[in-house]
This record gives sequence, structure tokens and C-alpha cells, in this order.
Amino acid sequence: MTTVNPTVETPIRTLDLPRPTHAAGALTTTLGVARRTVLRNVRNPQVFILGMVQGAMFLLIFRYVFGGAITTNGVRYVDFLVPGFVGTGVLFSGMTASIGAAGDLEEGFFDRLRSLPVPRVAIAAGRVLADTVLATIGLTVTTLVGFAMGFRTSAPLGGLLLAVALCVFAAFAFTWLFVLLGLIAGNPQAAQSLGLLVFPFTFVSSAFVPVESMPGWMQAFARNQPLTQIVSAVRAFTLGDDAQRVLGHSAGYFATRSLVWCALFIVVFAPLAARRYQRG
Amino acid sequence: MPPILEAHGLTKRFKTTQALDGLDLTAERGQVTAILGPNGAGKTTFIRMVATLLLPDEGTLTVAGIDAIKEPDRVRRAIGLAGQSAAVEGAMSGRENLELVGRLFGHDARQAKASANVVLDLLGLTESADRLVRTYSGGMRRKLDLGASLVGAPELLLLDEPTTGLDPRSRNDLWDAIRDLVAAGTDVLLTTQYLDEADQLAARIAIIDHGKVIADGTPDELKSLAGIDVVQVHVADPADLDRAIAALAPLGCEAPRVDRPTRSIAVPVEKGSAQLLEAVRALDAIDLPVSDIGLRRATLDEVFLSLTGRPAEAEPDPGANGSAAPTDRSRRRRRAAA
Repeated sequence: MTTVNPTVETPIRTLDLPRPTHAAGALTTTLGVARRTVLRNVRNPQVFILGMVQGAMFLLIFRYVFGGAITTNGVRYVDFLVPGFVGTGVLFSGMTASIGAAGDLEEGFFDRLRSLPVPRVAIAAGRVLADTVLATIGLTVTTLVGFAMGFRTSAPLGGLLLAVALCVFAAFAFTWLFVLLGLIAGNPQAAQSLGLLVFPFTFVSSAFVPVESMPGWMQAFARNQPLTQIVSAVRAFTLGDDAQRVLGHSAGYFATRSLVWCALFIVVFAPLAARRYQRG
Repeated sequence: MPPILEAHGLTKRFKTTQALDGLDLTAERGQVTAILGPNGAGKTTFIRMVATLLLPDEGTLTVAGIDAIKEPDRVRRAIGLAGQSAAVEGAMSGRENLELVGRLFGHDARQAKASANVVLDLLGLTESADRLVRTYSGGMRRKLDLGASLVGAPELLLLDEPTTGLDPRSRNDLWDAIRDLVAAGTDVLLTTQYLDEADQLAARIAIIDHGKVIADGTPDELKSLAGIDVVQVHVADPADLDRAIAALAPLGCEAPRVDRPTRSIAVPVEKGSAQLLEAVRALDAIDLPVSDIGLRRATLDEVFLSLTGRPAEAEPDPGANGSAAPTDRSRRRRRAAA
């Protein structure tokens, strides 16, 4: 019944290559996957730079078009706006992460990775790490554009670094949710549509206008949603002495709330996202 | 040594579709085994199971003697997967892609570099190695994808429709690369919906339909499986086609297959040359001129059609308008094949 080939008894080594004796470690895998995803973005400068230009354009529009009509409790609008922009950048980077993860799934890149002897969770972690790096690049650029547009801070360097660290951590935490959404969506187009969910969160927040200017029912949401906590924390760090008067609470108050939100995101969504990489 | 692949009673259900329905298959070492079947037959589900991407609902599966359900990580060290969509990164060079996969196989940087060089050389991609993959042609991408599945020196190479969507030249190129690998001793399990691909590459073909193996053997065994020969008639005048079909239909064990552009009629018959004579007499009796008539063995294409009730390369749902047809088989229309 079976066709026996004479080569059966003496297995010829396919190619003159070493056969893997042990799986790649979690760290190697995470870094390898992350490097590829960062390169994929950085080596597509059209898309990457366009994203930055778009961000800068919105910053200009808010600063010079809407800014004049918005009063912000004695703080210059540009000083109010830039922390808001940096904070919302976390969500917009998340949207890109979601589309990227959906693309990896659709193109078969995840299948290739999952067929390799590597830890499943490291495949997810690599994606998230890369998206965190990309978000960090994005927020650095936004901050620099902000300074160019007249943003100034009297805060000590330590406070600024804490603000940046908080944003990077928030980007990491939120990306787990966005990667999960991308994997559920299954293809980049669907992920992009799903990504529109970020708009209510970015605009119904304290990012661009003071929450007090919204109708009461909306304020309840705007005041308590996670993005407002992050934006307020960044603002509190950069406003320095004015912070307590303008925001009503200290930087520590908002930072703690932000960290709790981030922790919650990681605890809930990281396992759900990682589970998507297991065998179906 | 155990067979490279042994599957027993594999089942898998996705919501409303039964993708695998008790699939049994044994693939021996030292050869290419092709899984042939129409779209939706369960080919991809099966190969994804072998690649440890999917768990079966029931059944057993061993790859290179390793239980794929209990020890997926050991199986992953023994296989290489190249998929339908070439899963290589366009924003990295060919070399970078291979080195990445090498690292993920647990090679250190130096080994990964060396393996990438060997694979690039083997596939004739050395010259393009440092170009970004997005500048590659479709055929080159597939080759690189094949290469990526080789850097771990797999015992079993899994190719899921390796040439789907490629132009004929790239296809031949890839076939050559696969043949070289086989000659060097790699075992290959490939899925395809192209009969000629299975015929060209595989020592053993398993035809699957509705999630089961419905026939299994060497290409020659399969061709004589149904015990069917074919009387092939070319009529001289296209206007005579319908008369000729009417005259020949009673001889066949299945409905004749007609290709109008070439004026040819293929009648599957069970008694070989005796029925060739009958066909000649039948056409002579109605005084119908033919330009050619002869008896030949069934092609793999025709065997496939006999077994599955539909052509291999056509879209699903073959008999949507066959209300008056008495049997499924008589509804079939042969696809005008090139």
C-alpha cells in the first residue's frame, strides 16, 4: 500500500543547515517581532511622515483656528492644548496598532510566527512593544511641534520626564486593547472602522476644551474617562505651580488615577490579546 | 522510523461548517504527498492543523512521530510552513527576513546569517538578497517565503497552495525549487487545487472532499482507479456536435463532456476498445464525419471529476441550475481547460 522510497533508511539532511535544538527565548522573539514591526513603519516613510504631518496640522488648526474661541481658566490655550494633544496621541497610535495587527493576521505573518517554536505570548508582546516604540516617536514629534508653536512650561525637568513616562506607559497599556480589537476585526479595513471608536474618547475629554463647557450629562463621562485622567496628569506635570488652581487637583492625584486605568487595561486586555495567539 | 505524518479520524467544525469530517491520512517519508481538493474541501484546515495552528475537535495527529496535539512545540521544530499568502515582510530585505526567522528558530546571529546565505543561494536569490522585498516580483516573494520555511531545516515542509496566483513561468520556477528540495531529502506535504501540480510534484496524492480523503494513491493508481477509459472524438463540423453527443451518450458510463470551442467530446467508458468500435459504428450509422477519434486513459482531471462530482479548479456550487438533471453527474460541464 505504501510507496517506500530508498532514501527512507538514510535520512539525508535537507540542506546543510543546523537543525534547531531549542526554541528561541521570549526575549529574542519579542525583540525580533518588534524590530520587524518598527522597520515596517519606519521604512514606509510616506505613511509614517504623513501621520506626523497630519498630527501637526491638527495641532495648528486647534491652536490658531479654534483656540481663540476657547477660554481655559487663565492658562494660555497653547499650554492647555499641547498636553491634550500628546495624550490623545496615545489613542491615535493605538488605532494604527490595531490596523497593523489586523494586517499581520490577514497577510499570514502571524501564522508564520505561530508555526515557529517560539513562546506564544512573545509574539503578542513583540507587536505591543513595537507599537509602544512607534507611539513614543509620535509623542516626541508632537511635543517638539508643540514647542515650536509656542508651548512653554515652567515645570522642572523631572516633572516633564514623568509626563513622558506616563504617556509611554499609557501607550503600552492601551495597545493591548487595540491589538485585541485588530485581531477581532481580522482585516485592516474592519480594524479602521472599529478604530473610529476612539473619536468619542478623544473629543469628549478635557484634551481640547475644558470639561466645564460641556452639557452636564456629558461632563460626567468626560471627567471620568481614562483619557481625561492621562491628559490632566500630563497637564498637571507641565503647568507646574498653576496646576492645582486650574485643575483642582495635584499631579499625583491624576497620575495615580491614570496608572490605575493603565493597570486595569493591561490586566484585562493583555491576556485576551495573548489568547488570540493560541491554537484555535 | 515512523511515517512523517499520521492522521486518524480528524474532525473540525467551524460554527456551521464541518471543515474536517473524519480525515485519515498517512504520509511516508522520502516523498511529496499532495492533498488535492476543491475550494472548501478542508485542505487548508488540515494543513493548519499539521502546522499546529489549529486543534482538531477529535482524532489523532502525529508529525515525525511526535504527537501534534500534546507536544506542539516539538512539532514546530520539525516543520516549516509556507502559506497561501507569502508571509514575508516587504519593508525588510530578503536577507533580513530569513535572518529573522533563523533567530526565531533559536539560531544565534552568526548561525542565522549563515543559514540565510545557504537558503538564498539554494533559491537563486543571492543577487536580490539585499533589496527590500516590496520590490520583488510575486514569484520571488513566494520563493523567499519558501526559503523562510527552510531556514529551520525542517523534516517536513508544509506548502499551502504554493503556486496559487502565480504566472506559469514563476510556477515552473517554484516547482523546480520544490523538486530540488525533495531530491535533497526533504519531505513535503502540499495542498493544491491544480491537478497538474499534484501530477508534476507528488509521488502520492490524497483527494479530499467534504473534509475526508475519498481516494489516495500514486498518480498512476488514481488514473486507473475508476477503471475508466475515455473515447475522445473531434467532429469536423461544429454543427454536428449535438447529433454526435446524442449518438455517443448511450455508450458512456457517465455523461459525455463537451468542449464546444475545440469541437471535442469525451465519453467515459468502462469496456475500453470494444466501446471505441461501438462509437465508430454509431457515428458511421448517422453518417457523421469526424476529424479524429481515439481511446485514451482518463486524466487526473477526469478522475477527480468522477470522484467529487465537480471540477477541481472551478468555483464551488457547480449545479446551481440543474433542476432537470436526474443525477449530480450528468449536470457537470467540463470547464474549458487550457
